[in-house]
Amino acid sequence: MEMVANFISDVSANPLFYLLAFVTIASALCVVTLKNIFHSALCLILTLFSVAGLYILLHAEFLAVAQVLIYVGAVSILLIFAIMLTSQLASRKIVQSNEQVTVAIFVCFLFLLVSIGSLFNTYWNGINAPLPDNNILTIGILLMTDYVLPFEVVSIVMLAALIGAIVLAREERS
Amino acid sequence: MASYAAVLIFLLLGIGLVLVTFFTARLIRPSNPYKEKNQTYECGERPFGDSWVQFNNRFYIFALLFVIFDVEVVFLFPWAVAFNQLGLFALIEMVIFIVILVFGLVYAWKKGVLKWV
Repeated sequence: MEMVANFISDVSANPLFYLLAFVTIASALCVVTLKNIFHSALCLILTLFSVAGLYILLHAEFLAVAQVLIYVGAVSILLIFAIMLTSQLASRKIVQSNEQVTVAIFVCFLFLLVSIGSLFNTYWNGINAPLPDNNILTIGILLMTDYVLPFEVVSIVMLAALIGAIVLAREERS
Repeated sequence: MASYAAVLIFLLLGIGLVLVTFFTARLIRPSNPYKEKNQTYECGERPFGDSWVQFNNRFYIFALLFVIFDVEVVFLFPWAVAFNQLGLFALIEMVIFIVILVFGLVYAWKKGVLKWV
């Protein structure tokens, strides 16, 4: 409990945190309120990017790199492609409708409660240990020594995803 | 942490450059729009149709392939940082990792997914 409080006060002492938090929340609000779905996608990229900045503030550099490479770089491309592949795109009649806004606010509020609850009820093992000077170096060494089996399994999981995507795409064509 | 100050400055300069360019351009340019000038520029050709067209579905499989190899890059990154301290064994581990994924690429190639028909 005390550790979490210390950690929160540590992060919130940084003025950059407020800038990043503002950009994250503002762009996230734009995602759900803008009428043009393409603009929403662009705002989502900004949201994901500023979350990467928050990760850097939390000294999770590798997570920030992964966030920028995978979410900002790849997932957003998938999203934009999905929008560009929409057949009614030319009609420009696809506007976002927020008919479920009450339910959405309720669900978001519940999620906030769950997040806060788990933040204070989790035993954060190792939060008191000092961070290594170079996180990514340490992750690289651990990945190649202690966690080499999960690392190789990841490549098989990715191979399965690759083949799955190809099979699905080929079925659609034929 | 200090090394990220450069990233921040770079980011702010990048945003600032765009804003300053657009703002000064707006200040000093004459405003005289007409129909021909407002047309989309298509390499000097007369544009036809809407630019908001439905893209070919075939692009999507390339995007999916890209995501897979993007995840691979994420794993290459800490490996490259730690490589000097790990030596030959790490190289073999990464070769195994990449060869497994290359199987997927070969599969895609053989199945003709990469061919634009």
